[in-house]
Amino acid sequence: MNNTPLLLVAIGVLAVGTFSMRFAGPALRSRFEVPERAQQLLAAAAIVLLTALVATSALTDGHGPAGVARPAGVLVGGILAWRKAPFVLVVVAAAATAAALRLLGVP
Amino acid sequence: MPMRSIWRTLDRGLARDIGLVCLADGVVGVSYGAISVGGGLPLWVPIVLSIVVFAGASQFLFVGIVAAGGSPIAAMVAGLLVNTRHIAFGLAVSDVIGGGWRRWPGSHLMTDENVAFAMGQDELKQRRAAYWAGGIGIFVCWNIGVVIGGLAGSVITDTDVFGLDAAFPAVLLALVLPALRDRSTRTAAFVGVVIALIATPFLPSGLPVLLALAGLLFYRAGKPALEDAHHE
Repeated sequence: MNNTPLLLVAIGVLAVGTFSMRFAGPALRSRFEVPERAQQLLAAAAIVLLTALVATSALTDGHGPAGVARPAGVLVGGILAWRKAPFVLVVVAAAATAAALRLLGVP
Repeated sequence: MPMRSIWRTLDRGLARDIGLVCLADGVVGVSYGAISVGGGLPLWVPIVLSIVVFAGASQFLFVGIVAAGGSPIAAMVAGLLVNTRHIAFGLAVSDVIGGGWRRWPGSHLMTDENVAFAMGQDELKQRRAAYWAGGIGIFVCWNIGVVIGGLAGSVITDTDVFGLDAAFPAVLLALVLPALRDRSTRTAAFVGVVIALIATPFLPSGLPVLLALAGLLFYRAGKPALEDAHHE
């Protein structure tokens, strides 16, 4: 299983590829003047991605549903955030809700 | 942005919030290090991945596939797919990162968390401070956590017990909520979420989230987002 040279190549390509994807935006935008409307669209794109990440990481696990405890925790955190509760409370309440439900045997 | 200037710009509340997320990332790092070594991988694998790739989801995926006997090439492809979202992040935060040499370390420090922190601030100066403080803090905590987890082995392998798997979506949700008060952004995000959730059972990880960008077809740029929010 541990083919070290192959592992090193795979890690190297993943690192270079990931850095290139991160660097592409800053590199491109330093060459072109981006109009205001396009900037708004790019900001919206980041929000759309982050929101989709919230939904998939809250509700799914691999290719299936995530159970009950995790979505419940995120829901509690989300409601608190919506009511403008302090950030620390949002995070701790989300984790505590999921942990407590699991302690009670909820998946 | 020099370090001193970052700390001067960050207000205490934001610094505390960022610190909390760094700490939580460190704990997840411990579990990642422990899972990797527990899965039979040599200690250097999770540590090198954390420094040179520095993208949690792709790292978990990579060591998961290799530890299960899968090909490192398959693990690499899966990891690259999961990280494609950074292209869009980079386009959105390039002015936050800054120009010149800063683009190099600044790009490497890009994570979901510090991008979300930056998007949540109003002024460029604060966005910059949040991005850099978050990036540096998470890099340090994550890597320290990975080394500890790798050395300690099976101390913490399941952070689900602490509910950390619910904490991270909640962190991102809290940070994007202000932006979702803009109706057009909210519609685009909602369509994106539906697409991503429908696609999840069928596509490899990373792609469903990327497909969510199709929601932007429903986005109409116009008035500055903040003004819109006040009118609702």
